[in-house]
Amino acid sequence: MTLVQNFEIFAPKLIDRKEYFSPGHRACQGCGEVLALRIILKALGDDVVISNATGCMEIISTAYPQTAWEVPYIHVAFENAAAVGSGVEAALKALRRKGRIPDRYVKSVAIAGDGGTADIGLQALSGAMERGHDLMFVCLDNEAYMNTGIQRSSETPFMAATTTSPAGKEIKGQRTGKKNVPEIMVAHGVPYVATACPSYPIDLVNKVKKAKAVKGPSYLHVFSMCPTGWRCASEITIKLGKLVVETGVFPLYEVENGKYRLTMEMPKKLRPVEDYLKHQGRFRHLSADDIKLVQKKVDYEIKKLMDKVGGLKGWDEK
Amino acid sequence: MGKRVGMEVGIAAAEAVALCNIDVAAVYPITPQSHIAEHLADIVHDGRINAEFITVESEHSSISACAGASAAGARVYTATSSQGLMLMHEILPIVSAMRLPVVMGNANRAISGPLNIWNDHTDIMPQRDCGWICMFAENGQEVIDMTIQSFKIAEHPDVMLPIVLNIDGFQLTHMIEPMEFPSQAQVNRFLPPRKPFVALHPDNPISMGCFNMPDIFTESMKAKETALRNSKKIIVKIWNEWGKLFGRHYRPVETYKAKGAKTLILTMGSMGETASVAVDEMRKKGASVGLVKMRLWRPLPIEELRAAIKGAKTLIVMDRAISFGGAGGPVATDIKSYLFQDKSRPRIVNYIMGLGGRDVTVDDFIAMTKKAAKKKEDTFEFYGVRE
Repeated sequence: MTLVQNFEIFAPKLIDRKEYFSPGHRACQGCGEVLALRIILKALGDDVVISNATGCMEIISTAYPQTAWEVPYIHVAFENAAAVGSGVEAALKALRRKGRIPDRYVKSVAIAGDGGTADIGLQALSGAMERGHDLMFVCLDNEAYMNTGIQRSSETPFMAATTTSPAGKEIKGQRTGKKNVPEIMVAHGVPYVATACPSYPIDLVNKVKKAKAVKGPSYLHVFSMCPTGWRCASEITIKLGKLVVETGVFPLYEVENGKYRLTMEMPKKLRPVEDYLKHQGRFRHLSADDIKLVQKKVDYEIKKLMDKVGGLKGWDEK
Repeated sequence: MGKRVGMEVGIAAAEAVALCNIDVAAVYPITPQSHIAEHLADIVHDGRINAEFITVESEHSSISACAGASAAGARVYTATSSQGLMLMHEILPIVSAMRLPVVMGNANRAISGPLNIWNDHTDIMPQRDCGWICMFAENGQEVIDMTIQSFKIAEHPDVMLPIVLNIDGFQLTHMIEPMEFPSQAQVNRFLPPRKPFVALHPDNPISMGCFNMPDIFTESMKAKETALRNSKKIIVKIWNEWGKLFGRHYRPVETYKAKGAKTLILTMGSMGETASVAVDEMRKKGASVGLVKMRLWRPLPIEELRAAIKGAKTLIVMDRAISFGGAGGPVATDIKSYLFQDKSRPRIVNYIMGLGGRDVTVDDFIAMTKKAAKKKEDTFEFYGVRE
């Protein structure tokens, strides 16, 4: 890692001290998702409207008549955060043009979990991005349906055990790997796509600010550690978020106008995936051979990403 | 008063929406659609109104986008039909619970299976319990008038509920009829820009769509029920205002030669016009027949209906949908349960007919009325089944 990036990592003073997500919400101890949300809202500031999908962050924050949200917030249903966000954006645009609301820019931001993004919400997300709304979409990916009792999603990693992909005698957990939604968003021509993780708060803040600045669609895929669903100790949340990056399981990168850039430089030799897997109950059933298989998959994905980082030009570069 | 023009009713509906100066429309062309959305697109793309037109990727997203836009304070419209309305179903009760004044034109058409696409009321009936104000138009003029009225009703601070205006698919949406449009100035006076009670904006950050624990959910449901019931007062008030301005009067239950009639036919939607011709034919031959037309389906105007059917011996309820394995057509079932306790009430003969675009002619109404005269008790049956 370069010096400058190290400086950024250890400069939390740069983050807004104001809280936009009130304490006293109902999230689990050690929740990485709510930490990500708190940082994201700090980076977004006041002038936003949030459209949230049904899920953990919705259910822990809005038990009527209470709310943890200090910014305007709407929840309609599970699969439609992007569609609701499109409507909010269209309304803000039209009403501002017609002089019915103050003449200043307000960003429409949709937030959903991995189910509300990659599974049931994928159609609405694809539609909103394709239509080119001035909409920032944030996926808080905790790699399963945690709110409903840890069922597998298309973001559950290879071989992870969930209640619907259990570690059985015949089938050892999740049979597929993660659906690559950032890549799907790049294919939509979304001008700014990035991955992030709250263990790297400054990196996350920078990406949120970049995504917010885009006058058009942008997409942020945020790795959100979940001690409850992953069967691990709640005090290792931040450590897990670091390990997932250092092992290359979840690399941090951004794609601006089609151009890939690593935002956390990869060390020459990545840590073995076992360092990340061994802390989590959902991978407890993996044998030495299974871990080798996981390692192989991770190596393959990293190589694919590195090829893009090295070989691609941005859409705006001739 | 504007001059009479000949126009397709679907196009007229879009023109009426344009007169209302909407801010956002979201539509999807699920099989089938009407010309409402297409013509609205023309209007927006020609810059005739200052609005955002969202071409969503599904009906589920169209109603979701409408919810978001309405929550942000916009005047919002969508048009749908059949399968599209069925796909919206999940979101409909959320829109009414959140008290979002969305106006929707529904070109009534049969729901699949089998695939059909032609006119009946099987699409709207499964949405009956979603807490929306639900009205039926009978002809093109009513579509124009009721579309404009709907925005005023939905956005009224004492209502704040979504409205679905039912426009019979093909039989009405695709007909070319003579109609009159109010002028833009008249509509502007009748319907000023929406002033939302609250809206999503950073100047007043609020949370919408918070979940309810068991200790408050029942109260939320009661509040919605009360709001929907109370909306009738405002609906009638706004209809009266319209009547004074334009000379065209609207009531929750309309009657035609119903006073003192022994037998009454009850319809909803475009069928009323055919039925009224049948009433005239039968009256010529001395039969004591009249017509009752329900304009308002939710909230159900039972007081007005009771007054309209007073003294009748037979009430023939025409249902263009059925609750399979249940007590008959949804309209008859509702009316029966309301009248169950009444000491003197008409015998209710319920016909399920006009399904999936099957034409119901003047002769059919006469035949059904004759058949109904022979019934000794409440019945329900299909009419016109080829066996």
